[in-house]
Amino acid sequence: MKKFDKDKLIIGAAGPVLALVSSFVLTMLVLLATGLDPIEPIRLMIENAGYSDIQVLIVNQTGIYYLAALGVALGFRMNLFNIGVDGQYRLAAMVSAVVGASVELPGPLHILLIVLVAMLTGAFWAGIAGILKTSRGVSEVVSTIMLNAIATSLIAWLILPKNLGVQPAGSNDLTTGKIAESGWFPGIDMGQGNGEIYGFTFVALALGVVYWFALNRTRFGFDLRATGESESAAQASGVDAKKMILTSMLLSGALAGLSGMPTLLGDTHTYSLSFPVGVGFTAITIALLGRNNPVGVLFAALLFAFLDKASSSLDVEGYPKEITQIMQGIIVIAVVVSYELVRRYGTRRQQQKVGEELAAGGALKTDKEVSA
Amino acid sequence: MELHGITKRFPGVVANRDIAITVRKGTVHALIGENGAGKSTLMKILYGMQKPDEGTIAIDGEQVAFSTPGDAIARGIGMVHQHFMLADNLTVLENVVLGGEKLHGIGAKARKKILEISDAYGLGVRPDALVEDLGVADRQRVEILKVLYRGARILILDEPTAVLVPQEVDALFDNLRELKAEGLTVIFISHKLGEVLKVADDITVIRRGTTVGTADPRTATTKQLAELMVGSELPSPETRESTVTDVPMLQVEGLTLLETGITAVPQVSAARVVSPSDTYVHESAEVGRKLLDDVSLTIHKGEILGIAGVEGNGQTELIEALMGMVSPDAGVIRLDGADLSAVPVRKRREGGIGYIPEDRHRHGLLLEAPLWENRILGHVTEAPNSKRGILDLKAARQDTERIVREYDVRTPGIDVTAASLSGGNQQKLIVGREMSHNPKFLIAAHPTRGVDVGAQAQIWDAIRDARREGLAVLLISADLDELIGLSDTLRVMYRGKLVADADPATITPEQLGSAMTGAASGHLEGGEQAEQSAQPEQSEDGDAR
Repeated sequence: MKKFDKDKLIIGAAGPVLALVSSFVLTMLVLLATGLDPIEPIRLMIENAGYSDIQVLIVNQTGIYYLAALGVALGFRMNLFNIGVDGQYRLAAMVSAVVGASVELPGPLHILLIVLVAMLTGAFWAGIAGILKTSRGVSEVVSTIMLNAIATSLIAWLILPKNLGVQPAGSNDLTTGKIAESGWFPGIDMGQGNGEIYGFTFVALALGVVYWFALNRTRFGFDLRATGESESAAQASGVDAKKMILTSMLLSGALAGLSGMPTLLGDTHTYSLSFPVGVGFTAITIALLGRNNPVGVLFAALLFAFLDKASSSLDVEGYPKEITQIMQGIIVIAVVVSYELVRRYGTRRQQQKVGEELAAGGALKTDKEVSA
Repeated sequence: MELHGITKRFPGVVANRDIAITVRKGTVHALIGENGAGKSTLMKILYGMQKPDEGTIAIDGEQVAFSTPGDAIARGIGMVHQHFMLADNLTVLENVVLGGEKLHGIGAKARKKILEISDAYGLGVRPDALVEDLGVADRQRVEILKVLYRGARILILDEPTAVLVPQEVDALFDNLRELKAEGLTVIFISHKLGEVLKVADDITVIRRGTTVGTADPRTATTKQLAELMVGSELPSPETRESTVTDVPMLQVEGLTLLETGITAVPQVSAARVVSPSDTYVHESAEVGRKLLDDVSLTIHKGEILGIAGVEGNGQTELIEALMGMVSPDAGVIRLDGADLSAVPVRKRREGGIGYIPEDRHRHGLLLEAPLWENRILGHVTEAPNSKRGILDLKAARQDTERIVREYDVRTPGIDVTAASLSGGNQQKLIVGREMSHNPKFLIAAHPTRGVDVGAQAQIWDAIRDARREGLAVLLISADLDELIGLSDTLRVMYRGKLVADADPATITPEQLGSAMTGAASGHLEGGEQAEQSAQPEQSEDGDAR
């Protein structure tokens, strides 16, 4: 049955390739329409990606996106749309930064504490949506979007100097105070001022493996995927739907909470007003593009990190770097359309193939039946 | 009408090959064949939904080519689909004129025309009844009228009896005879051989996409037809020797389930007037209606208990309560002595309940997942599928191969998705899966629905074999022959209650049918026919669909 596997691979790759090619073409058309050279910005971005310091930035950003996208993908695998990854990520970063700055512990313990607090905070924030869904039937799409807004206000209030925040002297910024060095996650210095790769990036990669194993090799993962593919069939098979919704919401939130860790533990060591936002939204696109598959999501995260970081010098050359945002936006639409097209094609093709193979070998079977 | 050398290829598959049929004017022509034999494709070609690759169609000696159903309608061909295409919230009149407004308008003229057709063919259709208030048999008559209204002279009926109880089938056949008497031609697609012999003037048999023979209904027997149809002997659902023991396996006492969330005002019984046209207007759901009403039953080891009933009378709820998917408001369920009343679904499955669901696509399979994952479904915690929370893919795949082999699931491999198998093969996979865990008690809901004759026999065999080993089976089926043939004990369910019991050795499908519509209750004795014939058919299943 090797043939089916090869087919599956080709069909699996066809979706993202189709989406990317069409979004590239559309982006070029947008550039043309605004009277700009459509090739030059892309050439510049590829050239930028050749520099070591940009490469470090891309790798670091990939880790951040990867964690957040895994959180989204986990929900997607059972048809839960956790749109609230961004809020969970920010709140978790903020709370864990506060806790991290307020204690001093031996190295590994300090880091472990911060990471645990981040996971719990993310899980808690996502869990609210989970409980609302299981007890009241509130759509998680609506509740997580609203929780994003609430998280924004909550953080703005908590970070006020009269509450948990600190205002560094001579600055307009508000922070949560510096985490002591014992709570810094060691990175790999790339030398010559190229910066360092966050150590947490490797944790992210390891979690990709854990994600794969948990989903594909455990009972829990099977139940989760079954629920995503057919809720009614999963329920009849003995899956407790409510428990499953709540568990995956909590796990999704915990992963979202982790996605703030590379930045917090490896770079800023504090949560401030300038802490990156929007990671959770980009992660939705990345999870879609990567088909919720740990390897696919990794490549998608890499691509988006590249678009983000390699585009920074476009402004200097006279090209709006917003074209990368246009491109990311087009990818979302293209992904949804092309995946559905490919899925339908694949199903039809397989049904045909099965029919064909049975027609070829079917005559034998019938003869056997007659004699039986 | 004549068809010659019709061939239709889909990429890689030949659906129809060199089909030749001659339909005489003014006759009922039956087209029979197994599921997947190519009947539907042929009908789609006749109705202009698909174009043949080769071959010719001639009507009244004149060659025609249809590229849309519109062309076919213009030529006087009308189709009554198996699944009704009616808008529930519109009246009969509105449904009939919908899309055909140009013919006779939408007002008085259309109403007159409808009544005219209805009277001419004895259809008894009331133009102002809401379709949602009509039972299945009435809806079917509306469909037929809709086609006649558009001037059809040739009617194609796709499995028209699949949804009817025996009495309704007889009424339909009377209608068909009327149509025939008026010079109309009826093409009747079916795989129920007894019915075909009753109503058809000519019979054409299709097997593997081609016409394999014709038969004269006056001389042919069901056995001969079936052999033509499958190319082998007809399976029978008869269970030979009794294996019933006196060890109770499943005991259900006083199971009651109330409908929730319905707040419609109970209607006064005036709405229940049965009109002369035998249309039945069912009352709206009452608050807290009992979906299951004090259901008590015991199934012993080695016993098959069959439940007859028009769909929607509580069978689904009974299954869901037994599986633990809904929690009943009262009652006790005991399996092999252990109280299951408050146990979740998974524990019940682990405790030895096998489940062949009535809707395999919704409850039995992950359509987009490969066969081996479907083999795990429902038994993820049991050997050989997993050990200590970790899936054992190798063992699960091996066991899938075994099921495919032993239960003759026709598939090129276990990595194809469940969706790419035919219904019969999907069902065989489910049966194989459920039997692989040595259940003590099996719920078999419509185990052979939409399954071809060959697979049907295999599924019956599997159930019979397990029964011999001491399995207790709850069989729910709309196929009365299957119920009577397989069951050791029969019960009739009507409005959530077990209203009658019968001995499958003496009961006839007609007697069961009348109990199913609420016309008879208590213990049904074979041979007692009076009560049922005195009561004209009451279609009772308006809320079932």
